[in-house]
Amino acid sequence: MRDAAAATVSVHARPVLTIRPRPAIASLQLREAWAHRELLLFLTWRDLKVRYKQTALGAAWAVVQPLLPMAIFAATLGRIIGPASGTAPYAVFVYAALLPWTFFANAVTSSTNSIVGNANLVSKVYFPRLIIPAAAVLGATVDFAIGFAMLGGLLAWYRIPLHPHLLLTPLLAVLVVVLALGTGTLFSALSVKYRDVRHALPFVVQLWMFATPVVFPVTLMPPSWRWLLAINPMTGIVEGFRSAVLGLPFPFVPLAVSAGISVTLLIGAAWFFRRAERAFADTI
Amino acid sequence: MKPILEARALGKRYQLGSRRGYGTLGESLGQRIGAMLTRRRADARRVFWALQDVSFDAMPGDVIGIIGRNGAGKSTLLKILSRITEPTTGAVDLYGHVGSLLEVGTGFHQDLTGRENVYLNGSILGMRRLEIARKFDEIVAFAEVEKFIDTPVKRYSSGMYMRLAFAVAAFLDSEILLIDEVLAVGDANFQKRCLGKMRDVSASGRTVLFVSHNLAAVESLCNRCLYFSNGRLEASGAPRELITRYLSADAAPTRTVINLASHAGRRSGCEPVMQSVSLVNADAGATVRMGGTLAFQVDFQCERGAIAPVLGLVIRNGYGHPVFGINNRIVPGYRFAAPSDAGSLICRVRDLPLMPGTYSIDLFLGDAYRDYDVVHDAISFDVVAADVFGSGRLPDAECGPICWPASWTYLPKQSVAAVEARSG
Repeated sequence: MRDAAAATVSVHARPVLTIRPRPAIASLQLREAWAHRELLLFLTWRDLKVRYKQTALGAAWAVVQPLLPMAIFAATLGRIIGPASGTAPYAVFVYAALLPWTFFANAVTSSTNSIVGNANLVSKVYFPRLIIPAAAVLGATVDFAIGFAMLGGLLAWYRIPLHPHLLLTPLLAVLVVVLALGTGTLFSALSVKYRDVRHALPFVVQLWMFATPVVFPVTLMPPSWRWLLAINPMTGIVEGFRSAVLGLPFPFVPLAVSAGISVTLLIGAAWFFRRAERAFADTI
Repeated sequence: MKPILEARALGKRYQLGSRRGYGTLGESLGQRIGAMLTRRRADARRVFWALQDVSFDAMPGDVIGIIGRNGAGKSTLLKILSRITEPTTGAVDLYGHVGSLLEVGTGFHQDLTGRENVYLNGSILGMRRLEIARKFDEIVAFAEVEKFIDTPVKRYSSGMYMRLAFAVAAFLDSEILLIDEVLAVGDANFQKRCLGKMRDVSASGRTVLFVSHNLAAVESLCNRCLYFSNGRLEASGAPRELITRYLSADAAPTRTVINLASHAGRRSGCEPVMQSVSLVNADAGATVRMGGTLAFQVDFQCERGAIAPVLGLVIRNGYGHPVFGINNRIVPGYRFAAPSDAGSLICRVRDLPLMPGTYSIDLFLGDAYRDYDVVHDAISFDVVAADVFGSGRLPDAECGPICWPASWTYLPKQSVAAVEARSG
C-alpha cells in the first residue's frame, strides 16, 4: 500500500456510479449481480460449511434427511397407499417424489429466512441483495445432488432398470431450482417487512406437500380437488421425476403448466424483490 | 482538479412510528384500510428527515472527517454513499470505486477459521478471490495471527479477532474509502495501528471519509471536516475550527450545578460549608480540551462565621488515582480581600496537562490553617483529545495521565567533546 504504484489514484472521467432515488420500476441489474458471482459462491460455501459444523454425523445428515421420511412414509402409508401406487415398490415411488420435494421445501425455507438471517450484512455492506436468497437455494442444491446419488443406490437395491426418461431429470432439476428461486425470493422480500411470513411458512410448506402428489398417486386425489393439482407447479415436477425413475408416461401438460408458472414467478419475484429491497436496510 | 465525489442536495426521510421496524401483515392492512376510510395522507409530524439538503464535494486525496452528535446524520450519510440505503432526494456522482467499512468484521462467522473468514469477509467487502489470495500473507502478517489462522475465530481473543477483521479491510484497494467509527473498538495499541494504517491510506492519494467521535484522530488525520447537526451540514472547513465549534455547541446547554449541601462524598464529620459546584469553562461545559482551561465555581456558606476561604482540589483519574492537587494556601496570593461567611470562589487550571479521559475532583474548603469541609468526587469532567503539539500525535495512554511538553537539544559528537572539554 505504501508503494508508488498504489499512490497514483486515477479519477475517472465519467461517474463510475450515480446514487439517486430509484424510480418505482428499476432494472434488475443482472450484470451487477453477475459481477458479484464470487460472493454468491462464498455465501453458499459459508452456509454449507457452517451447516454441519459441530455435528457428530456431519455431511451424513444430507444422506439421512431424504431417507428417513421415505422410511417413515413407507412404514406408515405403504400398506394403505402402496397398492394404488402401481407396480413399483412404494419406497421408490415415494423417494422419487421426495427428492425434488425435499429440495424445494428446504430451499424455500432457507431462502425465505435468508435476508433476515443476514441482517448484519444487509445493514452494513452493499452488494446485490438478490445474491442472498440465491445463495440459500444454491446451498440446498448440494443436498439435492447427494439425494440424487442415493437414488442410484436405491434403484440398484430394488433392481429397477434404468429408464431412458432418466435423461430428462437434469431439465426437471433446473425447473425445480427455478421454482424454488422464485418462491424463495418472493418470500424472503416479504419476510423483511412482515415477520409473519417466517411463522406461517412451515404450515404453508406442509399444506403444499399435501396438495402435491408426493406420498400418494394423483388417482387417489378426490376428483373435486384435482384442480388444485392442476394449478400446483410442483405437480408436474414431482410426477416428472416419478415417471423418469419408474418409466411411467411423461406428464407433459402438468410440466408445461409448471414451467410457465415457475418462469413467470421468478421474473415477477425478482422485480418485486428489487422494489422491496430499497427499504431492507431501513426496516430490517 | 475535478472532484472524485459530488453530493448534491442529499436527503433521507424516515417514517416514524409503527410503519418503521417490524411490520405485521395485519397491522399494515389495518393501516391501509384506515387510511382509505379517513383519506389521510402521510402525517407530516410522523416524518423524520435524518438528512436534509446536504451538498459537498470531495477531491482526490482528501481525508474528510465527519463530526456531529449522535443522530446528526453522519452514519446515514455513509449508508447512502455506500449504497446500503437510498437517498429520498438528491444524487451523488462518484468518480471512483467505493469501499466501505461501516463495521469491523462484517460477515465474520464464529465457526469458520481465520483463513476462511479472510476470504469470506474480503469477498463481502468487494474483493476478488485472486486479489485476496495475493494479499493473504500480508493481511495475516498485519493482523499478527499467523499461528492461529486455521483456528475457528470463536476461539480468538477479542483483540486477535478485531485485528484480523481490520486487516482485511485495511487492504481494500478502492479509490474512495468510507469508514464509520471503527476506531472506537479495540485497545489503545490497536487503535494506534488503525490510525497508522489510515495515515498510509491517505498518503497513497486515496479519498477517505471518516466518521468519528475521536476528535483527536479527526484533527490529526483529516484535511477537511464536515460538521453535521440535526441532519444538516452545518459547516465544512478546517478540522480544528469545526471541532472547537462542535464542542462548544455540543455542551452549551448542559451547564450543571451540583448540589454539595448534602453530598454522599462528604468526609464524615465535616460541616457542609460548600453548597454547590459547577464547571464554568468558557468553551465546553463538562468537557475540556487537552491544554485548555478547566474552570469551576464553588459557592460556600459558613455557619461558624467569616473566613478567608482557601479552596483546594485533587484531580483523580478514572481509576480513582490522584493525578495532582493544588490549593491557594501553597500558591502565593491566596488572601482574598475581606473575610466573609458566604460567597463564591472560581478556580481556573490553565494549560490543563491531562490526557483524554474522565476525571473527578475532590474539593477542600477551609481557611489559612485547616480544612472545614472535604467532598470527594464532587464533580467530574471529560478531557477530550486535541492536537496539542501540532504533530497529529499524542503520547501513549500507557505513559500516564499527564501530557507535558519537553524540549530537546541535539549535541553532535564533536560538540559533546567540546562541552566536556569546557566543563572539564
